Amino acid sequence: MIGFIKHQVKTFGLIELFKGLAVTGKYFFKKKITVRYPEEKTPLSPRFRGHHALRRYANGEERCIACKLCEAVCPANAITIEAEEREDGSRRTTRYDIDMFKCIYCGFCEEACPVDAVVETRVFEYEFHQRGENIMTKDKLLAFGDKHEAQIAADRAADAKYR
Amino acid sequence: MPEIRNYTLNFGPQHPSAHGVLRLVLELDGETVVRSDPHIGLLHRGTEKLAEYKPYNQSIGYMDRLDYVSMMSNEHAYVMAIEKMLGLEVPERAQYIRVMFDEITRILNHLMWLGAHALDIGAMTVFLYAFREREDLMDCYEAVSGARMHATYYRPGGVYRDLPDTMAKYQSSKWHQGRDLDKLNETREGSLLDFIEAFTQRFPGYVDEYETLLTDNRIWKQRTVDIAIVSPERALQLGFTGPMLRGSGIAWDLRKKQPYEVYDKLDFDIPVGKTGDSYDRYLVRVAEMRESNKIIKQCVEWLKNNPGPVIAADHKVTPPSREDAKTNMEALIHHFKLFTEGFILPAGEAYSAVEHPKGEFGIYMVSDGANKPYRLKVRAPGFPHLAALDEMAKGHMIADVVTIIGTQDIVFGEIDR
Repeated sequence: MIGFIKHQVKTFGLIELFKGLAVTGKYFFKKKITVRYPEEKTPLSPRFRGHHALRRYANGEERCIACKLCEAVCPANAITIEAEEREDGSRRTTRYDIDMFKCIYCGFCEEACPVDAVVETRVFEYEFHQRGENIMTKDKLLAFGDKHEAQIAADRAADAKYR
Repeated sequence: MPEIRNYTLNFGPQHPSAHGVLRLVLELDGETVVRSDPHIGLLHRGTEKLAEYKPYNQSIGYMDRLDYVSMMSNEHAYVMAIEKMLGLEVPERAQYIRVMFDEITRILNHLMWLGAHALDIGAMTVFLYAFREREDLMDCYEAVSGARMHATYYRPGGVYRDLPDTMAKYQSSKWHQGRDLDKLNETREGSLLDFIEAFTQRFPGYVDEYETLLTDNRIWKQRTVDIAIVSPERALQLGFTGPMLRGSGIAWDLRKKQPYEVYDKLDFDIPVGKTGDSYDRYLVRVAEMRESNKIIKQCVEWLKNNPGPVIAADHKVTPPSREDAKTNMEALIHHFKLFTEGFILPAGEAYSAVEHPKGEFGIYMVSDGANKPYRLKVRAPGFPHLAALDEMAKGHMIADVVTIIGTQDIVFGEIDR
């Protein structure tokens, strides 16, 4: 009999539904956990793999020596490199293209680079308006690296002991 | 009386509850499903074939993209196959890290499943709560690997980098500053392990909340109890693995039955169901989240006390450290050799399987002694599950098809490959 009454109370009292509503009600009055993107952003670790960049040494000389390791290791064949000897006899790239549509952001290029030239930065917000803009040329990548060098260097320094 | 003919309905591939690109041709008798015919292949990317054209390491990133809600588990099976063929020893710390991230992945997957399944059946809120926890776990992913989903973190011989000592913090802004900001950053003050530990402490409470919302809920029960019952015998015959098999009451779990890595040193249970219906499979997965939480706790405990290398020191297979490569000629040669040619696996074959969140995820690899696989076969757990859809859906109402797709935890990345 008691079991029967309990069952009836449960069925008609909508107890479990009110319990559920209590949970949602609790969160209704709680502080929200969301952030207001794009003004606010969620944290990014120094290891973040976003937009690529090419770096320079402190004296302004580009780091890339056209060893083509990144081209060889790229699983998606997104990197195309052509190289020639420069007038001063050093080996440098004449063409360094990354196809951002092909890239799978695995980070192997950065891992492979023996001179820390190609890196993946924290920048994850970028867009293309025209066909062909997805090809990041050497100039674009170098300019991108110049713009973000402070952050790039800080991130590499923070992660240096793990690599 | 005119003869009534069956009605054929095309469900998907662009249907919000088709979990990706599932196309079903449903033969209906009124509202009852007579036959359901899954058409697959819309997400076929040829991963297996692609792998035949790349040195071994370069395919790791593509393994993430097989089952794209349990990324690191896929990688795990792949690197384990390579290690098996090389006979490579993995440092214990790397094994613990892998196990920890496998379990984080399991929670990630089950949260995604729970949210999506509940949303399919009509409960909106669980989805929002599940994604709140997923956010924390994705931060763990990002802290170690640099990517929130497609990690490319596991390597043959260990993992790429050790766990970081610091966590990224929220920055002050117009909406979050002072005490607010401190509260947001409360768990981020210490290392990644502290962050994960804090998560494991609050997570059981969150699971209780999901259960409050669903387990006793009458609507949830009406939609799942006695839907798509699979008997234990039939589940075995159909090739079910993972929660689908355990939901039918068979305690089969590769972590227990053929322990890999350090699972034999960890304490956890295998939850099993009774009747083998959708509700039981729900209970099994929720219980699995609690068990995974337990495993993560034990891993954090061990990892905190045992520093050490995270990748094998065999530089024919694993790259030397950056500093080494820049100062040591031999290391630099290894570095160049590894990143261009890769390494060579002895001719032969290997099958390695992990207890993936969805079931047994296996990699069968054949090598002819080159630096790329001769053949790679992915054993996707979702495939036999989907193959049983017809049997499971027969005689149910059309609305239950959505429940059944949900309960199978279908992800097309792995089924279509």
